[in-house]
Amino acid sequence: MTLGANDSAPAAVRTQRIAVVGNPNSGKTTVFNQLTRLRQKVANYPGVTVEKREGRLAGTDIVLFDLPGTYSLSARSPDEAIARDVLLGRLPGEPRPDGVLLVIDASNLERNLYLASQVIEFGAPVVVALNMIDAVEARGEMIDCEALSRELGVRIIPTAARTGRGIAELVEALRDLRAPQVDGRQWPLPEAYESAAARVADVIRAAQVIPAHAVAAGSVLWLTDYLSGDPASVASAERFLKRLKPHEAEALCEIAGELSKSDPDPATTAIEARYLWIASIAQRVLRRATGAADGRRLPLTDRIDAVLTHRIFGFVVFGGVMLALFTAIFSWAEPLMDLIESGQIGLSDWVRGVMAEGPLQSLITDGVIAGVGSVIVFFPQICILFLFLSILEDSGYMARAAFIMDRLMGRVGLHGRSFIPLLSSYACAIPGIMATRTIENPRDRLTTILIAPLMSCSARLPVYLIVIGAVFGDRLWLKVGVMFGLYLFGTITALVMAVLFKKTLLKGPTPTFIMELPAYRLPQIGAVVRTMWERSRQFLTGAGTTIFAVCIVIWALGYFPRLDETQLSGDARAEFLALDAGPESADARANILQGEQLRQSFLGRLGHVIEPTIEPLGFDWRLGIGILSSFLAREVFVGTMGITFSIGEADESSDALRDKLAQAKWPDGRILLTPVSGIALMVFYVLACQCVSTLAVVRRETGTWKWPAFMFGYMTVLAYVGALAVNQIGRMIA
Amino acid sequence: MATALADLFPGQSALVTLIRCEAGIRHRLLEMGLTRGTRVRMVRVAPLGDPMELDVRGYRLSVRRSEAAAVGIEAAE
Repeated sequence: MTLGANDSAPAAVRTQRIAVVGNPNSGKTTVFNQLTRLRQKVANYPGVTVEKREGRLAGTDIVLFDLPGTYSLSARSPDEAIARDVLLGRLPGEPRPDGVLLVIDASNLERNLYLASQVIEFGAPVVVALNMIDAVEARGEMIDCEALSRELGVRIIPTAARTGRGIAELVEALRDLRAPQVDGRQWPLPEAYESAAARVADVIRAAQVIPAHAVAAGSVLWLTDYLSGDPASVASAERFLKRLKPHEAEALCEIAGELSKSDPDPATTAIEARYLWIASIAQRVLRRATGAADGRRLPLTDRIDAVLTHRIFGFVVFGGVMLALFTAIFSWAEPLMDLIESGQIGLSDWVRGVMAEGPLQSLITDGVIAGVGSVIVFFPQICILFLFLSILEDSGYMARAAFIMDRLMGRVGLHGRSFIPLLSSYACAIPGIMATRTIENPRDRLTTILIAPLMSCSARLPVYLIVIGAVFGDRLWLKVGVMFGLYLFGTITALVMAVLFKKTLLKGPTPTFIMELPAYRLPQIGAVVRTMWERSRQFLTGAGTTIFAVCIVIWALGYFPRLDETQLSGDARAEFLALDAGPESADARANILQGEQLRQSFLGRLGHVIEPTIEPLGFDWRLGIGILSSFLAREVFVGTMGITFSIGEADESSDALRDKLAQAKWPDGRILLTPVSGIALMVFYVLACQCVSTLAVVRRETGTWKWPAFMFGYMTVLAYVGALAVNQIGRMIA
Repeated sequence: MATALADLFPGQSALVTLIRCEAGIRHRLLEMGLTRGTRVRMVRVAPLGDPMELDVRGYRLSVRRSEAAAVGIEAAE
């Protein structure tokens, strides 16, 4: 066969690609998992961060891929726009699917038929999985599938994906996909609208830009979008015009202009006409099963909600769930994190034992092993968070949590769904930022991402502890008060920034809280674990590489240039020589040498370079080294200070380091860390974005370096100004 | 007499008449099933007084009071 000789390759060779489409909460993912037997890969749609799962239909060469759950094919939200563009073959790099598997929640027939009828009208081969049919039967109803199939002109397979019912029949139907038996739209529009739609269809058909079977539905959709008055929809309609020749586009605009004179809101007309038709179908196919119990007993979901959204018990349960989530991230992960850290130390020690001392040994222990360690140390927290989130999401409680918290979050212009990501950020901003995926509105999501790192995370705790210890000594209540104040300060700043962002940078149409409250369901362990694993793995592959790379760079800055005993500076030399040469002071000598090494490294020199800038904040070059190295991760501050002050390994409970910090002086003899400059230092740590991992995750979640760069910029400015204000004003008062 | 969805008390039902708000939100509410003549039952209000939970076409929809205030209603027979 010669290349490019013809493009009519045997049909059997080409794999069929079938898109899985459905409303959120329709059980789409469960159906998908059943069909592919969990053999899937997860990627993103080209150019966007919308997740795309792909898997082979078990026992065939048909590839299934899922589209984001949507309620309609309008172009108002990014998820909907993706679903629509993929279905219509408009997304660059994503071929038009060969067929569609529509998943419908049978227990919520009317609203699900809205999207279903939109999709069917486009004329591509379709099979409908009438899912959750068991829920319909449980409430004493039945659906006449044959009648529904006749009305819609497509095959209907009743399924209950959770139990596997109907899946075998669905596989058979998917192997034998057929185009709908009905032609386009079956519901009538007012006369003027009908004639406008027919004229638009004529122009589009002649232009041959979309397949013939999609023209009728495409014409109504275009008219509705173009005259909708909603910016996103209008923009989508205008993009379509660009694919036409100028005179064709002009003709469409003219027809639309005429229609708008007789009907000021054609979108509403179309939605209402479609729903009238849907309601009549539902009436014909939905039957009360004979001998079934009447609906006097409240559905289970209502009885649960009577407690879970109760004025008092609702908050008790919500508080309990949040406490469990927070404790889990904070403390359940602790043993695992300790294990990873001790494994890291053990491995480094082993390498030090078998390798000769030198740059290579240091690169492997302090660069590579430390770098890998600082990536996987977050892994337990992230796994636990996603375990919780997928249970909350799958059970239906997540929507209730948003329902309960929306009033509070709404005050700062956010959505109820922003609460859990922000709460998680007190443990660590990384799982917090990853948790924002449940926020649908992109502006709300971005605002939540941008403020999440202002919540005081657990990595700041060691810094607070050592500095508070050094500055306030043994005054317990003062220490507690300062600590509480720091957490409060971070939170308030975050909320103020949220208001600011929503009013300026991320200004948009009035945010809405139009959200379905799905029926409660028991989460399925397999699916929950799977979601947890996939998302956690994305952290390792997506953000891990960046974090690792920066670790290596920071290592190099602190390691080079090398110096030896003969190059010690005056003070260190005197200290060094004062020690006797015996083995008992070998550690002390090593600490002095190590400290001097860091102070004279590129990182140390950088500390000197930035001293003039941070001096107004009350920090000297030694604190400067700590701040610079903290951009890797805040907790590094304590270890770096230990080395800088020549006391070797140190943690936040180290008395030696606390005393050194408390006694540290400026060259002119002033105390370095006064209460004022100590608070300035901590304010700096509250506000600064000193965490490479956070930035890498933001890059992963937003798909661009623009937002992490912005986040780093605004937080650094906040931190600088905040610390400057504290130090200058504090010194005036003190 | 209640004239907007936001005025309903828990347990009360009404029929939707006209939605008056910006196009994007109006069309979203319509697509979620709040079309003219649809029967809506106010189920409950969130513990803090906002948002509210509605029963529409056999499923549960939550909307903020400000959104419900834009949805006109008439008494259900």
